[in-house]
Amino acid sequence: MSVPLDGNAIAGALGELFAVDVSVARLECGGCGMEGVVAEVVVYIDAPGVVARCRACDNVLFRLVRAPDRAWLDLRGVAYLRLRTTST
Amino acid sequence: MAGIVSPGFFGRRRDASPRLPPGQYLVRDFPVLSAGPTPRVNLDTWEFRIATETGEKRTWDWPAFQALPADDVTVDLHCVTKWSKLATSWRGVSVDTLLDGIETDAEYALVHAFGGYTTNLPLADLRGGKAWVAYGYDGADLTPEHGGPARLLVPHLYLWKSAKWVRGIDLRRTDERGFWEQLGYHNYGDPWLEQRYSAD
Repeated sequence: MSVPLDGNAIAGALGELFAVDVSVARLECGGCGMEGVVAEVVVYIDAPGVVARCRACDNVLFRLVRAPDRAWLDLRGVAYLRLRTTST
Repeated sequence: MAGIVSPGFFGRRRDASPRLPPGQYLVRDFPVLSAGPTPRVNLDTWEFRIATETGEKRTWDWPAFQALPADDVTVDLHCVTKWSKLATSWRGVSVDTLLDGIETDAEYALVHAFGGYTTNLPLADLRGGKAWVAYGYDGADLTPEHGGPARLLVPHLYLWKSAKWVRGIDLRRTDERGFWEQLGYHNYGDPWLEQRYSAD
């Protein structure tokens, strides 16, 4: 039986795509409106891709598929993602 | 000299089989892949539904489904994550039996599962003795982690097409991409052609 992990499990994979640490980013679930940080989501990695779900309602927040030379990232289940940037 | 030959070399040679598609390796266990929590489906409320492009529906509850003629089949499984498992034994109802008498001009199917998973394939790939809705594995009831009470079994395509916890099939005039097909995975998924990822 595969055991889901928390959002820290995908920090490395997301780190390949984003220039900032996404695991500490805040997000709102597009399904139930719960707010939290990426590190708290429920992550399924024993699948053809990575699936992150809301801890409260199981809504699919984002999906990540990695091919050898490409990556697909679907964020349609996230209402917003707030990333910390350097001061401008 | 033997020390410089890596065990991996022999491992690959052991996997050489005409039944093994390119890029795959053999497993003896049965890995569990899942994109979400395992649905616990109550057989008292379980229902399987086929809906046509005109909105016609045919449904079976669990006793009615069990009363349908079933096949015992032994097939090879090929997962897109590169493992293959040969000679797996299943019991289930042929999709031909489920489609018998249903009038449709649909060319595509969108398969729905409990928990929200979907996958798409040409309807022709569900016909002709190539696909089943399986409820038995290796002589026992299909367990929830492997898709029980019933899963689709389409062994000639990568295993993500064989939706676990299947609950219905929509017959469609147009193709609609499923859960993984929307996100980089190949729309068809032939393991012998290594159709893992979408070309675009």
